[in-house]
Amino acid sequence: MMKCEEVSKELIAYLDRRANSAERRDVEEHLLVCESCRARAVEFRKLWSVLEEVPVEEPSFGFDARLRQRIAAEPKRRWFQWFVPHPRLAFSIALLIALSVLVAKLPQPKSGSNLATVQAEDDQFQMIEHLGVLENYDMLSRSEVLAEVPPAAAPQTDQQTQEPDDGGGSL
Amino acid sequence: MTTSDVQLMLDVKAGDEASFDLLLRRYRTPLVNFLYRMVRDSATAEDLAQEVFLRVYRARKQYSPSAKFTTWLFRIATNLALNSIRDNRHRRMESSLDAPLDEEESAPRELPSGDMRIDEHMMERDRCDFIRRAIGALPEKQRVAVLLHKYEEMDYGEIARILECSESALKSLLFRAYETLRVQLAPLIAQPARPGAGEGRP
Repeated sequence: MMKCEEVSKELIAYLDRRANSAERRDVEEHLLVCESCRARAVEFRKLWSVLEEVPVEEPSFGFDARLRQRIAAEPKRRWFQWFVPHPRLAFSIALLIALSVLVAKLPQPKSGSNLATVQAEDDQFQMIEHLGVLENYDMLSRSEVLAEVPPAAAPQTDQQTQEPDDGGGSL
Repeated sequence: MTTSDVQLMLDVKAGDEASFDLLLRRYRTPLVNFLYRMVRDSATAEDLAQEVFLRVYRARKQYSPSAKFTTWLFRIATNLALNSIRDNRHRRMESSLDAPLDEEESAPRELPSGDMRIDEHMMERDRCDFIRRAIGALPEKQRVAVLLHKYEEMDYGEIARILECSESALKSLLFRAYETLRVQLAPLIAQPARPGAGEGRP
């Protein structure tokens, strides 16, 4: 036999006659022996009568007219909108396509000139890399290639004038 | 023979405005009543009912009869009502005017008790007001369940779909709601307003 907690779940369906035959039988068996659930069932029926005392609220007279006004104020869909159901999405796609076309049409640098630019940059880098050697007078003075250059070509500084024998001074 | 709701809605989808008027006439009163019992303010209930019909009209082209029309209609109404109740609650909290309204919301007023007869203290209007307050004091989901079960006489499957719960959960929900109402409205149950009352059906 059902317990009170189990009956409570089926009691409403039993009282509003929506329970199936097996559920009805189970509830009825319980109600026969349980006084408190029987009393509760009677009170539920009375409660439903009390709830019916609340009168029906009728919509105001202007209800339909106001609704029709609001419907009339709704923006109408034009013929082209059937093809473009989401204007924002369509605009975004159009913008994306336009940007793609624009980028594709931009003048591209030629491959030959590109190679020349790379070569020039490489030369410049090597010059910077050897700058320390070129600025070191001591090293330059020992260089075999530069030894053939007449002494007049050597730089004339104050330091060299004062100490002619000291060739190790650096700039 | 009356045309079914689904057929009317399919006609609306096909562009028949007269079918929309028929649906409007069929459901405006139940909808306004449901919303009024939910939000307990007639102006708000009418505004929300208008919004429900407007949403149905806007969605007419996408309508497909996958469920009962009333399930769809009352699900929109339920969502709008719950949002309105929550918005209203937020507004009241922000404006710090909670004291009188909270008192009104929390529970129905105490009925006169003791030796005094209830009908000496309460006119019929007061009884209705008391019942409305008791329903309004139920938790939101229980309130929706009772309104759809008692006043719209929907079957369990439909209410469960509107509340997005199982039928078993709905039965428990309804029992708890009616049990609360039975206790809150005990003085009215003990003294019915009309002779012969007491054999109520949902």
